[in-house]
Amino acid sequence: MKKFSKLSSVLALGAAVCMGSAIAAEPLTVVSWGGAYTKSQRQAYSDPFTAKTGIEIVDEDKSGNGLAGLRAQVEAGNVTWDVLDILEGDAILACDEGIAQQLDYEKDLSPGADGTPVMEDFVEGSLSGCYVPTIVYATLFSYNNNAFPGEKPSTIADVFDVKKFPGKRALEKKPDANLEWALVADGVPYNDVYDVLGTPEGVDRAFKKLSTIKDQIIWWDAGAQPPQLLADGEVAIASAYNGRIFNAQVVENQPFTIIWDGQVYELDGYIIPKGAPHKKAAMDYLRFATDTQRLADQTKYISYGPARKSSAPLVSTHLETGVEMAPHMPTNPENFKTPIKKNAEFWADNGDELRQRFNAWLVQ
Amino acid sequence: MMATTVEAEGQLTPDEQKRLTADMHRSLRRKKIRAVFLVAPLLIFIMVTFVSPIATMLFRSVDNPQVSEYMPNTTAALANWDADSNELPDEATYAALVKDLVVGRENHTIGKAATRLNYEKSQMRSLLTGTARKAGRLKPPYKEQLIKINNGWGDIDNWRVIKRESSPYTLSYYVAAFDMETTPSGEIRMLPEQQRVYLQMLWRTVWMSLLITALTLLLGYPVSYLLASLPMGIANTLMIMVLLPFWTSLLVRTSSWIALLQGQGVINDILVWFGLVSDDNRLSMIYNATGTVITMTHILLPFMILPLYSVMKTIPPSYMRAARSLGATPFTAFFKVYLPQSVPGISAGAILVFILAIGYYITPALVGGQTGQFIGNMIAYHMQSSLNWGLAAALGVVLLALVLGIYALYSRLFGSNNQMTLR
Repeated sequence: MKKFSKLSSVLALGAAVCMGSAIAAEPLTVVSWGGAYTKSQRQAYSDPFTAKTGIEIVDEDKSGNGLAGLRAQVEAGNVTWDVLDILEGDAILACDEGIAQQLDYEKDLSPGADGTPVMEDFVEGSLSGCYVPTIVYATLFSYNNNAFPGEKPSTIADVFDVKKFPGKRALEKKPDANLEWALVADGVPYNDVYDVLGTPEGVDRAFKKLSTIKDQIIWWDAGAQPPQLLADGEVAIASAYNGRIFNAQVVENQPFTIIWDGQVYELDGYIIPKGAPHKKAAMDYLRFATDTQRLADQTKYISYGPARKSSAPLVSTHLETGVEMAPHMPTNPENFKTPIKKNAEFWADNGDELRQRFNAWLVQ
Repeated sequence: MMATTVEAEGQLTPDEQKRLTADMHRSLRRKKIRAVFLVAPLLIFIMVTFVSPIATMLFRSVDNPQVSEYMPNTTAALANWDADSNELPDEATYAALVKDLVVGRENHTIGKAATRLNYEKSQMRSLLTGTARKAGRLKPPYKEQLIKINNGWGDIDNWRVIKRESSPYTLSYYVAAFDMETTPSGEIRMLPEQQRVYLQMLWRTVWMSLLITALTLLLGYPVSYLLASLPMGIANTLMIMVLLPFWTSLLVRTSSWIALLQGQGVINDILVWFGLVSDDNRLSMIYNATGTVITMTHILLPFMILPLYSVMKTIPPSYMRAARSLGATPFTAFFKVYLPQSVPGISAGAILVFILAIGYYITPALVGGQTGQFIGNMIAYHMQSSLNWGLAAALGVVLLALVLGIYALYSRLFGSNNQMTLR
């Protein structure tokens, strides 16, 4: 393996020397989730960055398997990604495994536009060594208005009540968030969810509650599916990423309503892979893309909350439709009454076992 | 003249004989070398793209370097510890652990060992990484301090897991692949019912693949017969209709089936329109096993039709006519004369469809819902999502062994020379 990587680095060097005369700076590979999300990053971060530095950005839509891809690249000694967009839980794992670059936050990031120091500006506890969060997003329930002409569902408990609110449900095919919701629907207080889920009885209880609607569930894998299922009338209620529902509501004029109860929110952001081919440019990009203005700019394109406090006052309107963005943000106080913060540490610890149990439960 | 030559040859001296044999060997060897050179590109290609990945996969399913490599001191210290003793390891082991944790935290390697151990026992990951964050500040003696930081270090079962997984090779991925677990005391037993996945999944994959094979045969046989018996011009036109979907992207065909079969899809709409099913009671033909079977039968149909057609094309129509003229009913003539001759096509098509089906995963993933998933989906899941590559490799090996077993059975039943008769 070492020999190969030496050989390939010699080849890469040769290629770099050959190309050096033709192109001023090599393009930077930024890996993200694709679709509307990558588009918003391109408009808010990448295009301004290219305008400023002349460095082209190449988008790769591989974040869906980001950690797997990164592990494989590091193991093969051939890292081709410069910046990787990744969820907080996976970022913690990557950092622990030493496949992500350690950051010196005060030095590597720029302070808030209003002068807030870096360490106080980002969501509390999120700067964990390698990770820089950019957005807060929520997985939440929304329904198709046409499915409920009378009374509308408004709580997690309603979602699990197929007698009162009949119709199929679409849930993401993993235990994450679903088990939390099952417990909430079963009467567990929002703040105690992870304490209960940490016990064997709590896990049994969550699966038992989930079983009550099992035959009404259609499982989805990709973020684009739930709005589609809702629009087709295939399901009445679906869990989805809030940005996708926003897009369907505002841009595509779909009759969807979000249930702002028990939304499970988590952070998404950047790491720099260890051995990134253009580390210096990648660090420049990281500093640029995560500054106050850039995070605020992103909300013009998609309804994910900025992960910096100093960005919040700069949030304005949706560029395409002119809709006021604040009411659509998962972090808007009006929407943020009963959220559940996804416990990344809990899922990193118990995920293997819970996912095994979940897969077994699906088969039965 | 002839006689003298023979005589002369017969009287070769031992020396000449030796030379002759040597010459022969040399020319044969040259031929062999030339042959090797001719097949070398293919051989190298197969080695690089096929044999070596499979070998790597086989190896990965038993490879277990994480603990021994990233916790070397603990591994060495635990070698002397008796796991059955019901006593915690001694202070020296705890000191070795602290050393490993400190080094592991500096090099960011402790996470690898932690992830590995977490496969065996939940909470092991945070036990290691959490303690590693604090280990740098500790002064000896360590034992009590570590237990104070996280009482997991006072749990003898955790130490047993570490000791068990500190060997460089492991069978635990196979244990997991067969829905079993190793208890802390070292026994291997079945998992509780509610946690078993893979055996059920494997069994389902096999029977659904068999069902799909049978359906493709049922649908493909008459089509192939028609193609083989029609005049060339019409047969070719029809053949294009078989091949057209074959050339279409797999994803396009799968998505079309979603549009057709879903609750608000074309077929349900038609049925509701005709009043055959009520609007609230639409058939669920997709996102379940039915969806997988229908879609995969359609997708794999050409793999059945093409071998069947090529065999049927070689069966002279005069045989059937002869049977009929000798008084056989159409039925008898078909079963006694035509069907036995088409068996090579049936068996080739069946094995092709079956082996393709058993390893499928894109189509089941898209249309299979929860009851139509295949074992391939679990392997993909462990490759891409859970990142437990060892388990993915073990499941892959199990599937490979299963396919090889079925193939062995096939070649025993149908022979290698295609000497086939239906009895």
